[in-house]
Amino acid sequence: MGVALLDSLLGDGSIPDDPASDWFVDVRRRASEALVRDGLPTAREEAWKYTNLRSLAQRRHARGDEQAASRAIDAATIALPGADGPRVVFVNGVYRADLSRWSAIEGVSFQSFSEVIAGDAQAERVLLTRRFDSKAQAFARLNSALVLDGPVIRVAAGVGVPELVHVVYVGAATGTDIAWQARALVELGEGASLRLVEHHVGEAGQADLGNTVSQFALRAHARLDLLQLQTMPESGTLIRRSEAVLEADAQLHVRTLELGGLLVRHDLAVELAGDRARLHSRGVFALRGRQHVDTHLDVRHVARDTVSDLLWRGVADQRSRGVFHGAITVAAGADGADANLSNKNLLLSAQAEIDTQPVLEIHADEVKAAHGATVGQLDEHALFYLRARGLPMPVARALLMLAFCRVAVDSIENVALHEHIDALLLERLPHAAMDTDEAQSGS
Amino acid sequence: MLKIENLHVRVAGKVILKGLDLTVNAGEVHAIMGPNGAGKSTLGYVLAGREGYEVIDGTVTYEGADLLALEPEERAASGVFLAFQYPVEIPGVNNTYFLRAALNAQRRRRGEPELDSMQFLKRVREKLAVLHLKDELLHRAVNEGFSGGEKKRNEIFQMALLEPRLAILDETDSGLDIDALKMVADGVNAMRDPGRAFVVITHYQRLLDYIVPDFVHVLAEGRIVESGDRTLALRLEEHGYAWIAERKVAGAA
Repeated sequence: MGVALLDSLLGDGSIPDDPASDWFVDVRRRASEALVRDGLPTAREEAWKYTNLRSLAQRRHARGDEQAASRAIDAATIALPGADGPRVVFVNGVYRADLSRWSAIEGVSFQSFSEVIAGDAQAERVLLTRRFDSKAQAFARLNSALVLDGPVIRVAAGVGVPELVHVVYVGAATGTDIAWQARALVELGEGASLRLVEHHVGEAGQADLGNTVSQFALRAHARLDLLQLQTMPESGTLIRRSEAVLEADAQLHVRTLELGGLLVRHDLAVELAGDRARLHSRGVFALRGRQHVDTHLDVRHVARDTVSDLLWRGVADQRSRGVFHGAITVAAGADGADANLSNKNLLLSAQAEIDTQPVLEIHADEVKAAHGATVGQLDEHALFYLRARGLPMPVARALLMLAFCRVAVDSIENVALHEHIDALLLERLPHAAMDTDEAQSGS
Repeated sequence: MLKIENLHVRVAGKVILKGLDLTVNAGEVHAIMGPNGAGKSTLGYVLAGREGYEVIDGTVTYEGADLLALEPEERAASGVFLAFQYPVEIPGVNNTYFLRAALNAQRRRRGEPELDSMQFLKRVREKLAVLHLKDELLHRAVNEGFSGGEKKRNEIFQMALLEPRLAILDETDSGLDIDALKMVADGVNAMRDPGRAFVVITHYQRLLDYIVPDFVHVLAEGRIVESGDRTLALRLEEHGYAWIAERKVAGAA
């Protein structure tokens, strides 16, 4: 095929040598074959129109990290203020019990994915044998073919988990460019509730490819509050797919912060499969340098009286590029659906680019739907108002940018976590750097 | 305190102020009245330093220095305050946080010690009590979802908190019912002080029943065309702005 990336990862035709059961070996083989047959998507693929994979496809990556189970990781790398409870850590896609802390919680189980696929996994088979039928989902296929590990979390019916569960994916530097995979499965039983953080971090300088798939299944009346916090160094690549299926009256509240990474693609696909299921999605990307972050939302209203409410913000500075694709489909029969999508973006430099594409497709009756997307600059009037009250220009700018982004995360109730995220956002936004940038462009 | 001489200002290619002169001394309250489009708001913006308001001729001296050479935040720190006709909504910025940041930025620039949150809140409570404002205002985002009256009262509250030396009120009375108008006037009157001056820009005489000015000026076609004491405002109320235009024509003839 001439795709160096796939040759380097699948070229010898072998699949991972681990104690996976035959049924999962089949999953791997099928995924690998589909991937070799179809290759990686090109810019001709509508879903990859704004993210060119040519340079990634030409790179060679080693398959996984043989020392992942023993690599030393700085405690500060995996810490997250406000998340002091259960934590599970994966280093280059491999579970690290030594870095994790999981004590028994009534009604909650945690297993590592490698354990699950070693058994017959009757309960999870439906999710784990999911095929990724489209060429656009090449990385999910790659994940199926090569994944070794990940978190599998189940909450029993009726159980409300009081703790905030923290899942950390660490991309650790190995001295060579590797590709690692992780697969998460999260199942909430009827009426169960869980607060979960998916946290992507990495060590400076690594140029690895991380490729994750998370599958969330919410039974009737379940509620998942999910924070996706991505703060990798600006050198690595992360391709991730988050899929959720919501049964009747289930609620998914997901907040997504894309702050790091050099090349990041995130597909968030949610199916509102049961009546009155609700999705509440807030997200923000804040980019600089040559970062490229592409977010695709794919929301499907399948049942009646379902609600989706999507509010996303983007900020791009320097030569960075942000892509936002928000698709909402209301299927025939999903009458009474209520769909709302708002995406606002700020361009902070003439070299930065943001492409936003809201897509609404409605095949049902009595549907309420609204969508809007804008790309603009900071509001000069608001800037003047703040300065007229005494705030210096750089402070006024930073405050407005923070406020712009904060709209997407302001409902986080955990004070320590909220403050930490504010600090992360502020650190990403060009405030103190503003004067030097202007001085440089003037010289 | 403030001396404006022969001020010409261009906005979006159009000359709005055409030779405005005005002198304001400490302790005085000046009312600027005039028809729509006369340049009243332009005067407020140019004194506060808004971008896009190009001074093509004339000078503005404040406390003996060239006001026009200062950035908006430097003017604020030196005691100039503009109460906006249309206060800006800023979602995501908490009112209290904003005010404390603004006050401390001003104090830092003046070489005064910053207030810690306890000192700041004490000051806030005092001012809220004077203005009969609800605490709840503090916990909301700046002006977000405020009614027209709440926005104007928030401007006066900010003024009370920042304690400027020269306060310019740009049509703070517009859109207010009588109770809100009285509250705004009480806020201003409580701050009248021999060391502080007010420039009250208004379209209607009504506000001047409650904030009694020392001087009234009529601004028309970019210039002060008539100045007098408070009785000028009453005559304007009676005869309308057309009366000024007629007097000008009569004077020229």
